[in-house]
Amino acid sequence: MVESEMDRSAEWFQEEVMELLPDLLGAARSMGTTGADSEDAVAEAVALAWERLDDLREKVRFRGWIFRILRNCCLGRIRKARSRPETVSLDKEGNEGSFSLFERLHQPFLLWWSNPEMTFLDALLEDDIRQALESLPEEYRTVVLLADVHEFRYAEIAEALDIPIGTVRSRLARGRSRMQEALWRHAVDRGLRKPRSTSGNNPT
Amino acid sequence: MTRNRRGREQIDCEEAVRRLAEYLDRELSQASRAEMEVHLQRCRDCFSRAEFERRLKARIRENLHTDQVPQAFHERMKTLVEGLGE
Repeated sequence: MVESEMDRSAEWFQEEVMELLPDLLGAARSMGTTGADSEDAVAEAVALAWERLDDLREKVRFRGWIFRILRNCCLGRIRKARSRPETVSLDKEGNEGSFSLFERLHQPFLLWWSNPEMTFLDALLEDDIRQALESLPEEYRTVVLLADVHEFRYAEIAEALDIPIGTVRSRLARGRSRMQEALWRHAVDRGLRKPRSTSGNNPT
Repeated sequence: MTRNRRGREQIDCEEAVRRLAEYLDRELSQASRAEMEVHLQRCRDCFSRAEFERRLKARIRENLHTDQVPQAFHERMKTLVEGLGE
């Protein structure tokens, strides 16, 4: 790169990174790193991204691209910290992605002034939501985090995690389902809801 | 999928529930989104479900998204990126 081009690239890179910093740190934490290790993973990913900037073909894909680098940095750190890496064998699990909080809560024939779904949402605590997300296996947690907290498009998640877009869809469905199940359990544990063995209404 | 009197395709509740996540994630095609919106205007149960899922998703983001990073880390990263390309 000639000098002025290098300056422009550096300036653009700095702006992008500083804007994404809260998302990068949040993602590193959710990917299983903690404390100073999360910060070190972000710093490592940013330095690597700068070194490899020529590999980025389209600037609009920067977010997915740098999250992919970050994920690899986080996984590397987690592997070092553990004797064995987490196994990735969740995509073929069957009979999942079907828990629905709405079906547990919805009562179609209630009068207009009673809305158990919205009452449930109002009663949810930040801790309930955080614990529900943290209870997910890493493969699901990261996809839910990128989609629902950082508002990534499916294509960006696919790029960030280096998985097919169909896998993004299935992990997202299963992750959200598990998260809703965890929220339901929290609500039952806190006495906000009574356990119910069957789901509510079925779609027509 | 059925057709209305004008021959336009209409989706049923089962299809609407199947498409709901992608609808809320804004991942549906324009045509598919339009079919979904027609169904939601006409079906109270599916509308309630969509509204619940939309609010739950918003609640998760509100609670878990933060724009704050520790000041010392912010400074460290600022120094790091400003030193790039030198």
